Parts: sequence; structure tokens; C-alpha cells
Amino acid sequence: MEKRVTFKNPWLPYLLLTPQLAITAVFFLWPASQALFQSMLIEDPFGLSSEFVWFENFDELFADPLYLRSMGITAVFSISTAALSLSSALLLAVMADRVIKGAAFYKLALLWPYAVAPAVAGVLWLFMFSPANGIIALTLRYLGYEWNHVLNGGEAMVLVVIAAAWKQIAYNFLFFLAGLQSIPKSLIEAAAIDGAGPGKRFWTIVFPLLTPTSFFLLVVNVVYAFFDTFGIIHAVTSGGPAGATNILVYKVYADGFIGLDLGGSAAQSVILMIIVGALTVVQFRYLERRVQY
Amino acid sequence: MIENRPYLTYLSHAILIIGGLIIIFPIYVALVTSSHVTEDVISSVQPWFGGALIDNYVTVLVTGKMSAGGNPLGSMMLNSLIMAVGIVVGKISISIISAFAIVYFRFPGRMFCFWIIFMTLMLPVEVRILPTYKVVVDLGLLNSYTGLTLPLIASATATFLFRQFFLTVPDELAEAARVDGAGPIRFFLTILLPLSRTNIAALSVILFIYGWNQYLWPLLITTEPEMTTVVMGIQRMLFVADAVPEWNLTMAAAILAMLPPVVVVLVMQRQFVKGLVETEK
Repeated sequence: MEKRVTFKNPWLPYLLLTPQLAITAVFFLWPASQALFQSMLIEDPFGLSSEFVWFENFDELFADPLYLRSMGITAVFSISTAALSLSSALLLAVMADRVIKGAAFYKLALLWPYAVAPAVAGVLWLFMFSPANGIIALTLRYLGYEWNHVLNGGEAMVLVVIAAAWKQIAYNFLFFLAGLQSIPKSLIEAAAIDGAGPGKRFWTIVFPLLTPTSFFLLVVNVVYAFFDTFGIIHAVTSGGPAGATNILVYKVYADGFIGLDLGGSAAQSVILMIIVGALTVVQFRYLERRVQY
Repeated sequence: MIENRPYLTYLSHAILIIGGLIIIFPIYVALVTSSHVTEDVISSVQPWFGGALIDNYVTVLVTGKMSAGGNPLGSMMLNSLIMAVGIVVGKISISIISAFAIVYFRFPGRMFCFWIIFMTLMLPVEVRILPTYKVVVDLGLLNSYTGLTLPLIASATATFLFRQFFLTVPDELAEAARVDGAGPIRFFLTILLPLSRTNIAALSVILFIYGWNQYLWPLLITTEPEMTTVVMGIQRMLFVADAVPEWNLTMAAAILAMLPPVVVVLVMQRQFVKGLVETEK
């Protein structure tokens, strides 16, 4: 879509675009190209000498069991987070779509966690699961289960997944509710007249019609779990215990910033860029993103 | 409602209430914990509010948590506020004028500029941590408000939102303005900007939350305690060596850290929903 009526001015549009383009060039494109360049260098830790090695850093990365493990952990983390938050949000949205009384109140009660920073969400759940005085950990102990996410990698993963999913439910709920409300009532009525009960109507009409929304949310949730959960991991587990929650984004930070492995960290950055690029293309190219609210 | 099934309606309410309670539960626990003295929360769970609520919040805001270096949360929250407002104003200003240029002008390299802006979507801070950090160091922007805000204000989503909106503005308006002798800047200031009010409000809410909740970026570029933002300040409170974990103070800090964005969402709910839905288009 283009405008029919435009203004003519030889320099004004460039002037208007300058701030945006300048910041993009300095803080986005230049660093990204540096990452690309460094990913093909091997530097000594003091930065005194460097050698151009083509794809050696990448070869090393894919031969590194720690990196492959981090990939696996990221997959487990993002799939669990997306599954947990999408399914609970869908359940709540379907219920909120049914009720008439109090709908606005429920919406308000479910929306606000969106505003909580991931790191703060992590701290809230960390406290409730804290082995010495957390309410959930103590309840579990009462039930005969010793919870200690500081020592147990699986439990640490459960903790970060719950914290990450808790924060994301609000977003998914909002989009599912919008999706549900845009389904024509006549379809549901027709099915009801034909004798389909609420459960059958949901699975044969509502759920299939929600597919575009669900698919869109799936991509958004994966992106969220990949990149926006850095705060949760950093504040709650620091990738531990023993690397059990060391997701890719955290590993880039830890290897580059703490481990000072510049080439390896840059190679990881490049791989992440490819992942975001692919997800962005999927999001823009193949997704029906029209949501009526 | 298609058919009348009261038990299903009750079930819906029950599920919503349970879901809502689970969602709110962490906040309840945090609030209760933040109202007790340290000794009471160190090895037991308190079910109801204690009497130290105001003391704890004053301590955290004014003196900070001594075992964690004693940085007052008040100044951290001020830093967060400056950063969030800087990002809101910066992002909206630069993206509205670039959207204006892209929609209302024809010039060589227009599509190229559009794609450059689109590229920023593919390059979140998280994937280029180290080189971006280096740029900021080279420019001498460590521990400065400019360093905290400037690199984050380039935004494809905001530009797209305004572009989308400008495309729906009737051409007759621009035509009429031109006939009346108004130039592009005048048209922008007197017609387009007032028309964009609701979009700006919606976007401001989303961007305020985005700016306030930044974590990785301030973590990288602030090394001095005076420049810490509140969300990352919480993290520093967590890992305190050789000291009693003062969970009551940490929880008070967590409540304070989430208060401004949560209040913004609750008060400006309509703009929030609009912003959330529209920035995803």
C-alpha cells in the first residue's frame, strides 16, 4: 500500500530518517558485523594478537559437548515454557470467553503480570521455592519431597520454567481471548443446533479456528523463552547448578563476558542471529497476524 | 450463551478464580513477607501480614539493604524512571519521524532505509552483547543515562506501527493541507501528530514497561552502584555472601520494582491492550 499524495523535498526525508538510521548503524549493524568478523578470529585473552580462522570457531562450537548440551537445555526450556503458558492461557481464555459477569475483573486480574520484569518474576518464585523458608518448598517437604533447586538441576529447570511461564500467561491470554471473540457466533450456534455439546464444539470448531492465533503465539513464546528470559536465568540460577539451566543466551553472556572467549562468544552470537532471523521471517512471512480485539 | 448450562458457568468461574489466585499468589507471598522483621521469615512461612511493613519499605528506599552494599532503592528507581522515560520519548520521536519520511515522501533509497530499519528486529541486544558493549565503551558512554537509553531507542516495531497508521490517514487531508499551502513539517505538526495521539499513548505504555524492565543492558553498561537500575538492583540483593538472607527486604524491593509498571498497566488498561495488540501487527 502506498500513498497517492506525497510531498516533494530533496533533503527533508533523509534528515527525518537520520536519527533512526544513525542509531541503527552504530548500535545494531556495526556490532553485528563485528560479531560476524570476530566469529572467524581466534584472539588471545589479552587481545595482543588474532588470527583469521574462517569457520574454525563454529567447528569447535559444534564439537563442544557443553554447547550441544546448552542447545538441548534451551529446547527443553523454551518448549516447556511455551507449552505451560499457552495451555494455561488457553484454558483461562476459553473460560473468560464463556462468562459474562465479572469478565472485566478477571481480565484485569490476569493481565498485570505482563508488567513484571522477568528478573523480578524469577525472584518471586525463587523465594517461594527457597528450601529453607519458601512456602512451596516447605509444603513439598511436608508432603515428603525434599526440594532443593540449588543442588538439583531438574528442579532448577522446573523453577525457571514456572517463573517464565507465569509472566507470559497474561500476553497469551489476551491474544487467545481476542481470537476467541473474533470467531463468528453463528458457527457455534449452528453446531449447537446440530446437537454438538460444548466440548465437541470446542475441539471441532473453536480450536481449529484458533490455529492462526496459536501458531503466532507459539512463535512469540519461543522468541520470549529464547531471548527475554535472560533476566530470570541470571537472577535465579546463573545457569546452574552445573550448567543445568545454561540456555544459549546466557551462555553467550557467560562465555564472552566472564569467560572472555571472544571468538567463541561471537560465533554463538552469529548462530543466535540466524535463529532470530529465521523466527522473524516465519513471523512476518507465514503468519496471519490480524487480531481483532 | 448458546444454551443454558449453569454448572458449566459455575465451573468457568471456579477455574477463573483459581487461575487468578495462582497468578496473584506470588504477590501475596511477597507482600506478606515484606511486612515482617527478618527473624520471622528466616526459617518459617508467615501466613498473614506483620507489623514491619512501613519500616521495611522505608529501610529499602532510603538506606538500602546493608548486607548487599546498602544502595538505596530510591535512587535506583529514579534511574529506572529516567531510563524508561528516555526510551519512551526517544523511541517514539525517532520512529514517528522516520515513518513520516517513509510514508509521505518518494526518494531514492526509500526501500533500502525501510529494510535497514527492519533489520533491527533481527538483532536484539542479546545476540550481539559483546560488540555492542565495545561500541559503548569506545564512545565513553559507560555509566551514563545516554548509554542506558540511546542504543535502545532504534525500533522497527514503533516505526511499523506509525507507518501502518499513517497509511490509514485519508489522502484528502494531505491534499487539503497542500492546497492551503502547508509544507510537510506544518502538515506533520498540525495534522498528523494530533491524529496519532491514541497510538502514541498506547505505545508509551508498552515502551514504558519495556524500558523499566530492561535487565541485560543496564547489567552490561553500569558498573557504578549509583547508576544501577532497580530491576538489576534486586539481583544484587539476592547473592549476599556470609550474611542472613533478609528476604523481607528483598521482597519489599521486588514489590517496589514492579509497582510502577503494574500501576501503569492497571490505570491505562485500554491503552495497554491497544499497544500490545498493535505492536504485533
